[in-house]
Amino acid sequence: MNEVVRIGCGAGFAGDRTDASVPIIAELAHHRGPRFLVFETLAERTLALCQLERRRDPARGFSAALERMLPPALGPCLANDIRIVGNFGGANPQAAGRRMAALAREAGFPDARIAVIEGDDLSEIFSAEELVAREVAGTVLSGGAPVVAANVYLGAGPIAQALDAGADVVVTGRVADPSLVLGPLAHAFGWDWSDWQRLAAGTLAGHLLECGAQVTGGYFADPGVKDVQDLAEVGYPIAEVTRDGAFVVTKPRGTGGMVDRRTVTEQILYEVHDPASYLTPDVTLDIGEVELADDGRDRIVVTGARGRPRPDTLKATVFVESGMLGEAEISYAGPNARARAQLAADIVTARMRRRAPELALRVDAIGLDSTFGALAGPLPNMVASPEVRLRIAAQSLHRGSVDLLLDEVEALYCAGPAGGAGVRRHLTPRLASASCLIERERVAPRVTFVAGAAGAAP
Amino acid sequence: MTRIDVPLYRIAHARTGDKGNRINIALICREPRFYPTIAAQLTAERVRAHFAARRPTQVTRYELPRLFAFNFVLDDVLEGGVNASLGLDGHGKALSFHLLKATVSVDAGLLEQGSEFAAQRPREPTT
Repeated sequence: MNEVVRIGCGAGFAGDRTDASVPIIAELAHHRGPRFLVFETLAERTLALCQLERRRDPARGFSAALERMLPPALGPCLANDIRIVGNFGGANPQAAGRRMAALAREAGFPDARIAVIEGDDLSEIFSAEELVAREVAGTVLSGGAPVVAANVYLGAGPIAQALDAGADVVVTGRVADPSLVLGPLAHAFGWDWSDWQRLAAGTLAGHLLECGAQVTGGYFADPGVKDVQDLAEVGYPIAEVTRDGAFVVTKPRGTGGMVDRRTVTEQILYEVHDPASYLTPDVTLDIGEVELADDGRDRIVVTGARGRPRPDTLKATVFVESGMLGEAEISYAGPNARARAQLAADIVTARMRRRAPELALRVDAIGLDSTFGALAGPLPNMVASPEVRLRIAAQSLHRGSVDLLLDEVEALYCAGPAGGAGVRRHLTPRLASASCLIERERVAPRVTFVAGAAGAAP
Repeated sequence: MTRIDVPLYRIAHARTGDKGNRINIALICREPRFYPTIAAQLTAERVRAHFAARRPTQVTRYELPRLFAFNFVLDDVLEGGVNASLGLDGHGKALSFHLLKATVSVDAGLLEQGSEFAAQRPREPTT
């Protein structure tokens, strides 16, 4: 009987800190019992970019975060019997598994058992027409643009299955983020897949961990109002979960940040719509009766998650090509800066109306209204600004017209208003996304072990 | 009883999340005693009007009294969402602070009391 299972989260997104796992591993190494470290590195768009990379090189297409985040974590985890679950697989989980095995060998663990979970890639299963027929409340796919990626969110089942079979490391492609945590819990406690209350509790733990430091003081600080100490060394979260599903959210000793009611409450509701129906592949979670209690410094007890049966369908995200986003910026500072920026915007707008009339332009004055946009309300004409950074953006399937916009902004250096400074120009490939609902019976997750490693396939 | 107008920012904090062209804003009372004030004044209609410039097609308010929080869901306010918007904040991450600019009328006495949570907090362990 496992009394407490400890799970830390070493990354909440692909761009997260690469050394975040180090204090978690040090903390987990102080404890006995089942201990896990999860990494969430696969935002929706990240996976689509992985698909593009795999097209260019069939040996690639897994999350680049693997190369940055695993070297400091893998050896210490294997040495301390801390098992790793991460969605580093991207568009190529087998390649990620092989890379993981190589890193384990380099760390001195040639016998590490690396499990790979596949089956989320719908391009193996569905035609483009079948995806169009399954799009939810949208028209993104019906336009016929080339599909870049179509991946369904798998649940915790295959993760638990891999751990049951003895995996030291589980590499997944697309799985629901909370399932990265629910999988280890279901494995460690032997929870039944129709025990909706416990699956709900484990899903809530996963939901709170999946964004890393967002529950331990990250994305929270507001100086003088919501102060957080030592955010530069913020500790990433650890959940201590008991068999009945109650859990404590905490963080490694000696780290910055904090865990209190406020940090936990902000994250409980993060990206939630109806709090009574948070849908995952594993369960329908109701957080309406969740309660928080203080349990000493940086420790919050979370109870009251309720569960109902899982949805009948699985959610998938499909990406199609949607051209190029072009953004160019230029600064005006000092006396009359705002009027000079306005003149620059008028010049570019006039020239683009003549040269690429079909291109819709977005004009922002960074420092005045660029973040809230129209919500900022009309600005009084006489508002002075010590500096204005003018930003002009557009998107098109035709790269040429986007390039033209960037050229026009750059030409402001010599042909625009006085004192234009600091031009920067960016081109970003764009992908439009759509959601589809997929019948469960069409999806078959697969668990395999990297060949050559010990612990043969289950 | 004296009432004063304050920005929501004085009595609550907030965080935005996004999914597609929809955002949710979790609005959390700084102290439980502010919950009835916000419940009475910050209706879905009020929030819809506050975000009118973004033309929300629907605003839904969910109440979480055990967490002293509200969840507002605003549909179609992200100019297509993070993969389509031409704006800088395609996620709408900053929009929580726009909500916190809304004005509420508060019993002045409620603003002066200390924290209810601090009194509940157990002594810190010495280890």
